Amino acid sequence: MITQKKIKTKNSKSPGNDVKTQASLHMMLLPGTFIMILFGIIPLYGILIAFKAYRPMMGVEGIFTSSWNNFDNFKQIFRSSEFIPMVRNTLGINLLGQLISIPATIFFALLLNELSSKKFRSFVQTATFLPHFLSWVIFGGLCISLLSADGGAINKLLMMFHITEEPIPFMAKPQYFWMIAILTGLIKDIGYGAIIYLAAIAGVDPALYEAASIDGANRFRRMWHITLPGIRPTVMIMLIFAVAGILNNNFTQIYVFQNPLNQPASQVIDTYVYQIGLQKFQFGVGTAASLMKSVLALILLSVSNFVSNKLTDTGLY
Amino acid sequence: MHKNIISRLIDYLIIIFMVFMVIITVYPFYYAVINSLNDGNDLLRGYVLLWPRKFTFDSWKAVLADPTIIRAMFITASRTIIVTVLSMFFTSMFAYAYSRPYLKGKRFYSVLGFINMYVNGGIIPFFLLISSLGLYDTYWVYIIPSLFGGFYNVIIYTSNYKALPTSLFESAKLDGASEFSIYARIVIPLSKPVLTALGVFSVVGIWNDYTVSLYYTQDTNLQTLQYYILQLVKSRGAVEQLESSIAGNSAIAEMLKSAGGKGPVTVQTLELAAMVLAAIPMVIIYPFAQRFFAQGMMVGSVKE
Repeated sequence: MITQKKIKTKNSKSPGNDVKTQASLHMMLLPGTFIMILFGIIPLYGILIAFKAYRPMMGVEGIFTSSWNNFDNFKQIFRSSEFIPMVRNTLGINLLGQLISIPATIFFALLLNELSSKKFRSFVQTATFLPHFLSWVIFGGLCISLLSADGGAINKLLMMFHITEEPIPFMAKPQYFWMIAILTGLIKDIGYGAIIYLAAIAGVDPALYEAASIDGANRFRRMWHITLPGIRPTVMIMLIFAVAGILNNNFTQIYVFQNPLNQPASQVIDTYVYQIGLQKFQFGVGTAASLMKSVLALILLSVSNFVSNKLTDTGLY
Repeated sequence: MHKNIISRLIDYLIIIFMVFMVIITVYPFYYAVINSLNDGNDLLRGYVLLWPRKFTFDSWKAVLADPTIIRAMFITASRTIIVTVLSMFFTSMFAYAYSRPYLKGKRFYSVLGFINMYVNGGIIPFFLLISSLGLYDTYWVYIIPSLFGGFYNVIIYTSNYKALPTSLFESAKLDGASEFSIYARIVIPLSKPVLTALGVFSVVGIWNDYTVSLYYTQDTNLQTLQYYILQLVKSRGAVEQLESSIAGNSAIAEMLKSAGGKGPVTVQTLELAAMVLAAIPMVIIYPFAQRFFAQGMMVGSVKE
């Protein structure tokens, strides 16, 4: 008993427990706390309008006073002719995109790692980073211009090699949209995405490579049997993120490429929320759509994390 | 010997592949530069692919003299600087206080932070909040909601502070230094790498953003450079779709074309010059911060 008491008194005298210190710490936390509550917590009440017959002219009080409408907002989404295409586009662009971009980025990182000249390697890295730092407006706008049927470089190349005789209006045809979204996304982020795999590759124990070389393994066998298993935890984490983000399109990218002609292939959940909510002012329907998306994303995150933990012992938490 | 030749050959193939990667990633920007420096009327014969056919600075002069673009650039630049400086200050200060082992009530801040990171109401509740606060269609909508860098950045700062020697804090504390002066005089000067990395991320993110203008403003005097360019891209796209859908009627197509381009400066060259102008600051700063990226990106993905 006595010793416990002693420790307690000692604790209260240790630096940092006095009122002045605590007060100044909380003062330092105040600006961030204020912003997080105002812009992070308060808007959560707005989710209520997903279940209500809310109209914009009702103002903020309307969030609470408007009447419940028996899931009409959700019913309207499911009945909409846009529902099936938008789910298909969201899943299609993301699934195919990840299926292509994860292996391509790993492949690129592995080859970068094989470059013997440090200077050339850092040059390639710096150069391939470039598009990541251009905005989607600029990078996407340039891609549109390169794909233009009116003298764009891609059409010129295709015609030069007689792959096509007539220029293809890529942006006006829905059938090309997924490919455009996926490939431009890949080119924009492959250099940047490779960083994380390169860091993982650098973390593999060099002794393993030496032992393998002594045993006569060539560079492909070393890549296959040492590097790839070595970066598996990183790959698993990227896969978890990919599965969790399957409903989350890159709005800033899709919106730049979207136009009325390619809309059948380019309308995704995020662009639908923007259109129905902020352009047509059906706030309840837009909120209902984004709420469904967030809840499903949270479920997907926990499920994929659980599966990954079970199968490979790697997970986010 | 045979093995050596194959290995050499593979090395060359990898180098060729890398050159190809460099070309496809850098070419779009290069393409914008050369076409913006080409005569606009001449571009009606088709874009140039390697080098300007008819070199001229006219589009650049027009862009730099356009009051709309200058205003958009001023809004973008001022917003980028103000938000980056203030949010880095508030976020790093928050992270310092949050990382103190003797902070009481830490759990409250952790819960608040994680809710902020993983849950949000979506754009419509946020839109309602912005308009009820009177921020809609004002310059403040660019500043106030972004004043805090988010809890993810707090975690990055915190893990960097952990690497600093604790004896520094203890001795400063014993000398009677206040918490704020420990933060400002000891922690900040020792955290330059993480400050640089997060500063660059913030600058790039804000400079390249167009969604705030799209969602929360109407006034053309408030548009950012990216939003202005977005509208150029979208409106030119509309003209081209029109052209392709009436391709059968060449008379109308010709008329549209000639309306689009008169003299050395056309809609196309203006758009390209504005794009290059908006990209230049990013192209200049990113190589400097490159060595910090891996560091910054790794922190969040490590299992705790």
